[in-house]
Amino acid sequence: MIPGVDGFMYPNEVELQWSILIVLYPYITGLVAGAFILASLERVFKVEAVRPTYRLALLTALAFLLVAPLPLQLHLGHPERSMEMYLTPHRSSAMAMFGFVYLWYLTVVLLLEIWLEFRADIVRLSRTTKGLVRMVYRALTLGSQNVSPAARRIDDKVGYVVTIIGIPSAFLLHGYVGFIFGSIKANPWWSTPLMPIVFLFSAMVSGIAAVMLLYMAAMKVMKRAVDMRCVDTIAKYLFYTFVIDFTLEMLDLIHRTYEADESFRSLDFMVHTRLMVSQIILQIILGTLVPLTLLAVNQLWKFSEAVRRSMYTVAGAFTLIGIFAMRWNVVIGGQLFSKSFLGYTTYKLDLVTREGIVPAIGLMLLPFAIFFVLIKLLPPWPEAGAGLKQEPGA
Amino acid sequence: MDISRRDAFAIGGKLLMLASVGATLEQITGAEPAPDAYKVADHWWGMIVDVDKCIGCGNCVRACSNENAVPKGYFRTWVERYQVPEGAENPRVDSPDGAINGFPPATDESLKSFYVPKLCNHCADSPCVQVCPVGATFVSPDGVVLVDETYCLGCRYCVQACPYGCRYLHPEKNTVDKCTLCYHRITRGLTTACCENCPTGARQLVDFKDPKDPVHEFLRQNKVQVLKPQMATRAKVYYKDLDGSVR
Amino acid sequence: MRRLLNEWGHLIRPALVLLAALGVFLAVRAAVIPKEFGKYGHYRPGALDLVRSRAIRYAGQDTCVMCHEDEAKARASGKHAHVACEACHGPLAQHAEDPGSVTPKLPEVADLCRRCHEKDAAKPKSFPQVATAEHSGGTPCNSCHQPHNPHL
Repeated sequence: MIPGVDGFMYPNEVELQWSILIVLYPYITGLVAGAFILASLERVFKVEAVRPTYRLALLTALAFLLVAPLPLQLHLGHPERSMEMYLTPHRSSAMAMFGFVYLWYLTVVLLLEIWLEFRADIVRLSRTTKGLVRMVYRALTLGSQNVSPAARRIDDKVGYVVTIIGIPSAFLLHGYVGFIFGSIKANPWWSTPLMPIVFLFSAMVSGIAAVMLLYMAAMKVMKRAVDMRCVDTIAKYLFYTFVIDFTLEMLDLIHRTYEADESFRSLDFMVHTRLMVSQIILQIILGTLVPLTLLAVNQLWKFSEAVRRSMYTVAGAFTLIGIFAMRWNVVIGGQLFSKSFLGYTTYKLDLVTREGIVPAIGLMLLPFAIFFVLIKLLPPWPEAGAGLKQEPGA
Repeated sequence: MDISRRDAFAIGGKLLMLASVGATLEQITGAEPAPDAYKVADHWWGMIVDVDKCIGCGNCVRACSNENAVPKGYFRTWVERYQVPEGAENPRVDSPDGAINGFPPATDESLKSFYVPKLCNHCADSPCVQVCPVGATFVSPDGVVLVDETYCLGCRYCVQACPYGCRYLHPEKNTVDKCTLCYHRITRGLTTACCENCPTGARQLVDFKDPKDPVHEFLRQNKVQVLKPQMATRAKVYYKDLDGSVR
Repeated sequence: MRRLLNEWGHLIRPALVLLAALGVFLAVRAAVIPKEFGKYGHYRPGALDLVRSRAIRYAGQDTCVMCHEDEAKARASGKHAHVACEACHGPLAQHAEDPGSVTPKLPEVADLCRRCHEKDAAKPKSFPQVATAEHSGGTPCNSCHQPHNPHL
């Protein structure tokens, strides 16, 4: 009798291969994609109400994108060989191709868009600050001090194009992660064409919720008024996206239950036992139904500002927990059952080992530290006469 | 210049002697070794398993473990015991420690029961090779799926992609490990360690490209199956008399 | 032209940074990529040699009989003729290489014989098997059966 195993598993299946770090990774890239989509709402779809969160969303995306490769590096048996993915990428491997999608998104989309958006501030700050910080700003200008109105107009146009390219790039960034799982025919919990789409919509949900929470938190810390029109609009889009996400997940569930193929009994049993807390309670009830209700209720009735803020905060927080649970249920859940459909194992989460919970928590906190540095360096909100779009001729 | 026949023979003979002396000298002084006799293009390896001959002794598991220094608790090959009650949805399956020490005896004579040895199926259309991001695992030109342990990142994507559960992460090397079909043996004219030590001949190494190999007759005469044919991996381990209950 | 440069000129800079990074990457790649990678397929051809270079631990029956002719003759007519020597005696390629360096240990009779011959419902019916407790009541198998030619 093997401890933690019920029934029969192929002998090599007992130990899980992909740990909490591999749960973190799609969660983090999901936040990136979602934050960027929120930013593009304003830039491309002209939803002017969410303008106050535009720069914030870009910086959130960058902070999380920089951390995204770290859980992967920590997970690899040989992280020192990770460059091989760029040196000899195997074109049939989704994982290899993803390395290039990541690079593309980081450089040509996110960094370029952030540079174009913040350029005026960077140039101004390179003139007005002193010391080491000044050197940083001068480096960031890439040597160009040109902030003439004409140049800024060009920045605006090019930024618009970059955002347009960025939307499918963000879809690719996170859809690919879904494909990495969805294309594994050996694993019936993962193998479905719906996987990239479910991942994408849950990413959007988590990203939008994260920016909403960060905005409200930042305003509270800076003792400023929350722009309720902005937050109400974000909550509305969060609601719509969540409805689509929920529909897709229900579709997957109904389809599986109806078709009841050879894997169904085994997976069904797993969900009701091993995944009872993480799937039924955390993902579905607390992580989806509660936020959906809170958001729906706000579409039907008007509550006071303070009440709305509380409801949005609770909805946002529960959403983030729920989407994390969803990643957990996909990654860990997919390894808890045997491919013989005759048994189950348990995931042993250690504390301070390389793939333990302490490094995982550290990696989740790191983006916030980076975010804090970023907003100090690149101010996301208008100070006196600074920030946002310059009027032509100003 | 005209050379008479006699002269030609004389010169030719001397040249021949010189050449043979030179060649001998070369061998004695240990110059460049003779070229490799094994040609990858002449072979396409696989295995045939006769389920009704397997007695579950676990010799194959032990032999593989000894031959390839397989880390304890991980298995390049293993044996499963099936006990199938009539009309039951699921068979009862066990594989204590991969059957490295055989099995505690099953006593229920009323059930259909049998042993199934398992190993890497060295799929021609291998899903594990397909997903490797760097090319650390591959199908060799002679049909053996191998891992380059100096190149493997240890990402374990291939472990997830294998439908048969035959891969694992080596706990010391931190690279992925699996059955190599004893590549170091079969390329030297030996058979695999598991086939060598199987007392009943349940497992047999085969070479599909060898016209004299018994596999051709075997496949023609017997009802054979591969594991999980629906996965379309073009597995190259063929099982004779494999029961439908086998997972 | 001057106006064009005035408006668009700064965009050349991120483009240059990107190109420079690409250049560095390609240079590093050319230097670091394994020799002949991709010759037979998407892998390092040296890997084939690496796998092949593993030392052999089981010599194989044909090697054993080269020296142990007596045992080979005794077994040839018996039921264990097709059981490899090393299946019971363990891996002995080192012994075959240099007989003095490794003295093969005699196997533990009780566990060894039982692994194959203990009665088990899953074993094929035609295979010789006994419930050893009843069969011999604890007496070692080789008290009656000669392992090299075991049939009584």
